[in-house]
Amino acid sequence: MRREIPTAIAFFVGIICIIQFFIPHRPFGTLVDVFSDWFGIVAAFAIWLGALNLLKVSLERSLSKKKTHDRWYGLVVAASFFLIFIIGMFMSGGDQFQVPGSRFDYLYVNIYTPLSSTMFALLAFFVASASYRAFRARSWEATLLLIAAFFVMLGRAPVGDQLTGFMPEGYRLSEVANWIMTYPQVAGQRAIMIGIALGVASASLRLILGLERSYLGGE
Amino acid sequence: MLASAAIAQTAPGDSSAIPALTIAQPPPPNPATNVKAEDAPNDGGGSIRVTWAASPDDGAGRKNVASYNILRAVSSPTGAGAFDTVGSATAGNTEFTDGHTEDGIPYIYIVEALSSVPSPGGTPVMVSVRSEPTGVAYSNGQWFHMRRLNALIMVIIVCGAILYFIQQASSGKELFIRKIAGLDAVDEAVGRATEMGRKIFYIPGTQDMDEVQTLAGITILGRVAKVAAEYEASLEVPVSRSLVMVTCREVVKEAYLNAGRPEAYNDSMVYYLTDDQFGYAAGIDGLVMRDKPSTLFFMGAFYAESLILAETGNSIGAIQIAGTAMPAQLPFFVAACDYTLIGEELFAASAYLSKEPKLLGSLKGQDLGKAIILLAILVGIVMTSFGAISMDTSDLDKLGNYNIGQWFEVQ
Repeated sequence: MRREIPTAIAFFVGIICIIQFFIPHRPFGTLVDVFSDWFGIVAAFAIWLGALNLLKVSLERSLSKKKTHDRWYGLVVAASFFLIFIIGMFMSGGDQFQVPGSRFDYLYVNIYTPLSSTMFALLAFFVASASYRAFRARSWEATLLLIAAFFVMLGRAPVGDQLTGFMPEGYRLSEVANWIMTYPQVAGQRAIMIGIALGVASASLRLILGLERSYLGGE
Repeated sequence: MLASAAIAQTAPGDSSAIPALTIAQPPPPNPATNVKAEDAPNDGGGSIRVTWAASPDDGAGRKNVASYNILRAVSSPTGAGAFDTVGSATAGNTEFTDGHTEDGIPYIYIVEALSSVPSPGGTPVMVSVRSEPTGVAYSNGQWFHMRRLNALIMVIIVCGAILYFIQQASSGKELFIRKIAGLDAVDEAVGRATEMGRKIFYIPGTQDMDEVQTLAGITILGRVAKVAAEYEASLEVPVSRSLVMVTCREVVKEAYLNAGRPEAYNDSMVYYLTDDQFGYAAGIDGLVMRDKPSTLFFMGAFYAESLILAETGNSIGAIQIAGTAMPAQLPFFVAACDYTLIGEELFAASAYLSKEPKLLGSLKGQDLGKAIILLAILVGIVMTSFGAISMDTSDLDKLGNYNIGQWFEVQ
């Protein structure tokens, strides 16, 4: 029964989701919202599993006898967890904790947001290093990529049109860049999207029919 | 119809007279015409669509229509009740859907054209003119979404093909599946971790269990965990969702059991970091830099964190295998990882790795779907090209009608 019940639920919900796409009449049209709400409720309860696991792992690390930096990282995580939990739950005006000016909001704006922004900003540097590697002309495909990237990057900058201003209309760098992005790029993207759509359909069918059950824990 | 105008002008130089400041109000706009109300098509009920022909003064004539109000009343044998405003539409629009009706109740509608006119106080005043009321309309739910008929036909064909090939494969027919380098490299990557005595990190994406990519990623995790158990390699699965954590634990536990090493499994192999996108990326980056794993798997749905994770792994020289169906993230993985499963390959992984005939059959069905789409694209190219050649191409609006893609548009 450990496999049969989840498989039956997957079959029932999957079939309803397909039916509602084609039958808007009640109750089908509204059932997906009901399932979505149920998923939200289950996920909301399950967040405690994750939060408590994080706390457990962090406390274990901080109390570990191994003298590594992990101890301190674990301590920082556990202390941050308790700090934000206590301030959010008890010291920020109850359900008004998100109101600008509350203590929780202060921590959110002055600690969480800058940390998130810092991580996101790192992306710029990683894009540069990855581009450098990708554009090395080691093969025919990489050379093609390099040439396309050259035109697109230069065409997207004002200097591109300044350099090719003498060219007839339609051959300037910004127009070449637009052509690359509109035709070859979109064609490649669409081919991948069609493959993905069929892959999703096939994978979903396997899950609905119970042919694919490895996500339940098994071969 | 509204109208007002009383105007008196004082004679110039007549200081004894109190100047009566009045402004000539411009006439209201002409009303909207041909107003019709009907049940909104292809819905579950509870809505009525109101259409009208724009007022002659909407964008033309006096050009003084600012917007339209849509008024509704319940019809009864003794006449219509009071009209209440149920919505508005800006000038230029000729359609409004009232999404708050009760099925089976008779409604009638009026469209009111509004115009803003100056007033003596300086604040503009709205003047309005009403259309003739519509006939009685009822809202009802439909049992089939007619504009999705093309999608239904395609679903039946593709799913039918998949089921047919599954049946064929079950009956023992040999099916050819092309090699997928990224999946063939799994054993090698795990073996490398064993040789180097370092960890394997498996990242199943940042989305929850309602994302099919996450399910595909977890399926591959089962295979990786089994090989890791056989090779006695150390596996860690940091996750960003609680439900994914629970599922991954079950899968890894089962894999270790199947590999005959249940004692090597413990729950701490799969642990939760955070739901937050960049918090998760920061957590994994920290783990990677400290533990220096020899192998990293990224299998599932990723967003902007994809390159942050993959470049960090690349910087420590780890062998990296990625797979995602997020088209925008694929170039990042291709640039930073040794192997990348592109889109559909991620979903094909379970069939490819298990070699189970039923699952392999579904891949063959997918190929038939691809062939149909390819054929449709070719037919579309031919018809669009010939359509464009055989007409006046200077009429761009008409050219759009020759786009066969519109026939397949799912609403």
